[in-house]
Amino acid sequence: MAERTVTPAAPAAPPAEPGAADRGRFRLDGAWFRNNGVYLALVVLVVVNLVITPHFATTGSLRLQLVQVAPIIVVSLGMALVIGTGGIDLSVGAVMALTAAVIPLYLGYGFTGALLVGLVAGVVTGLLAGTVISRVRVQPIIATLAIMVGGRGIANIIGGEIKSIRDPGFRELGSGSVIGIPWVVLVAVVVIVVVRVLMTRTTFGRYLVSIGGNARAAELAGLPVARVLTTVYVLSGVLAALAGVLLVARNQASDPTRLGQLVELTAITAVVVGGTPLTGGQVRVLGTVAGALLMQLIVFTLVAHDITNSVAQMVQAAIVVLAVYAQVGTRMRRRSRA
Amino acid sequence: MSTVSTPEPTLTPTGARPQRVQLVQRVQRQGALVVLVLLCVYASFQFDTFASSSNVRSIGLQASFLAVIALGMTFVIFTGGIDLSVGSVFALGGVLAAWGSQYGAAVAVLLPLAVCGLIGLVQGLIIARGGLAPFIVTLAGLLFARGLLLFISDEGGTVYKVPADSSFRDLAQGSFLGIGYPIWLVVVLYLVGALMLHRTSYGPTVLAIGGQEDAAQLMGLPVVRTKVLTYVASGLLAGLAGVLIASYTSSGVPIIGVGTELQAISAVVLGGTLLAGGAGTVFGTLVGVLLLQVIANVINQVGSLNSNWQDVVSGAILLGVVVLQRYLAGSTRR
Repeated sequence: MAERTVTPAAPAAPPAEPGAADRGRFRLDGAWFRNNGVYLALVVLVVVNLVITPHFATTGSLRLQLVQVAPIIVVSLGMALVIGTGGIDLSVGAVMALTAAVIPLYLGYGFTGALLVGLVAGVVTGLLAGTVISRVRVQPIIATLAIMVGGRGIANIIGGEIKSIRDPGFRELGSGSVIGIPWVVLVAVVVIVVVRVLMTRTTFGRYLVSIGGNARAAELAGLPVARVLTTVYVLSGVLAALAGVLLVARNQASDPTRLGQLVELTAITAVVVGGTPLTGGQVRVLGTVAGALLMQLIVFTLVAHDITNSVAQMVQAAIVVLAVYAQVGTRMRRRSRA
Repeated sequence: MSTVSTPEPTLTPTGARPQRVQLVQRVQRQGALVVLVLLCVYASFQFDTFASSSNVRSIGLQASFLAVIALGMTFVIFTGGIDLSVGSVFALGGVLAAWGSQYGAAVAVLLPLAVCGLIGLVQGLIIARGGLAPFIVTLAGLLFARGLLLFISDEGGTVYKVPADSSFRDLAQGSFLGIGYPIWLVVVLYLVGALMLHRTSYGPTVLAIGGQEDAAQLMGLPVVRTKVLTYVASGLLAGLAGVLIASYTSSGVPIIGVGTELQAISAVVLGGTLLAGGAGTVFGTLVGVLLLQVIANVINQVGSLNSNWQDVVSGAILLGVVVLQRYLAGSTRR
């Protein structure tokens, strides 16, 4: 299910994963688990919940789970693109807060106006991060850390305390649905399809993973590295802003101080658990979606069985480390074999 | 100000004019000090209360907590790593100290140090032995320490108080020669840090790892041991800062320390330490800490600005400094 892989030596080369020759054959080895472990874990956890959790398999419960996970999926996909380039975006939570802070100010222009201004907040922060990272070559972690703290500060200054939002458009987006499917979930599905097409069918997607595989080689090969990198951070910012819009719509309120706290960690976890390597060069869109669903389900399972939030948090931390460890382990073993 | 550097290409520029290089390196190393002095001069003219002894003492005390954390961060960044867990570990140390103070001052100090040192040890082992990226391991550490802290404090609902008669309160509230114990402690710790950097084999090893880890490994330096030790020290120092704040406020507040990692990183970077690792100074970090604290103090003096502006200004300063660093590094290399 590897959507696209590039060996570091040849950035623009077609997918050439070790063992690509026998891709057709099914082998149950470490590589299979690395690529498909997240789907397996998801299925196992669903089955376990069907057995042990009462009322798990009801439409209401399923609906609630999907509505809750939808914004996380949207942020995680932006994060997956950034991680695919070998970078990281710690500012996503602050961008969500910033979006939440500006929406009430522009409700006078109607639903569309407020929505657009909210998304513009993501474009601006993404453009700032992308420019500083791609042109000035500041490490992504520092640039986005600075925006994370500064952005949250600005959100608190312009947003202040919790404001309730009484706008029919936002109410419909947050709690309405078409043919039984909530709008929030539909938006997430559209984002999944768009990102998947972007990564599998466009030159941009090809450039993105090439840069993640080996930025220097990509540059020497004449790829527009700075432009692609900037675009990736803008996309991550816009998707984070969209997630902020979804949450504001769902809560019918804007709370810049608390919205999106620690979301960056959840998103990184979803991406890593989904099998995208932190070193870049590969983006697994469907894996990321499964990763987000898995993390949501793990927390739900723990909380549904009276395990407190604090313990759930510690379990999540352990899963992050284990998932990254499994990745690094597989890659190291593979390298030593080569 | 003393600087140690490994023979790294970025620091031995070829082709650039030596005078210009010297100027650039001086700006890189002393820039924060110049800004600090200018800001202090400006503030003491602008605000009557700024240079008063009580305000200076309060800046010193406030800065001491961050200074302790930033010292550990300095060595971590020397190795080319990063420790995002320090804010949570700091808060955890505070809650453990306040909880432990009911069993005596010794427990209040040793329990947090043991737990925070252990967290540092586990992170260090995973990073150095497992070969995982420091930021992801310490990001998980941030989450874990926050979870543990909430677990201890009944999901954040309980704030443990230090008993009124406990000698533990004196640790941060007492003073010697009119200067609070925490400030003395910071002076001692930074002197020890500078000695470690310049007078022991640990210092050059840390910088060599940051300069080029593979080369350090090939030279036979104890890479794994040094990295583990560095993360243990960072955990211990963050825990110690927690102990100090618990003693200072006589309570263990669960919500402190959010964003402290950024402040610590900012202080280190402002002090002229390269984020890529391999070069920097210990006392530069102290200047960075003081600069951040003076900025916070000045923002407080300007009545119309609320505390959120501190976040905005620290974020902007960090971004500005790294951009400047990149620009200066680029101009010496070409």
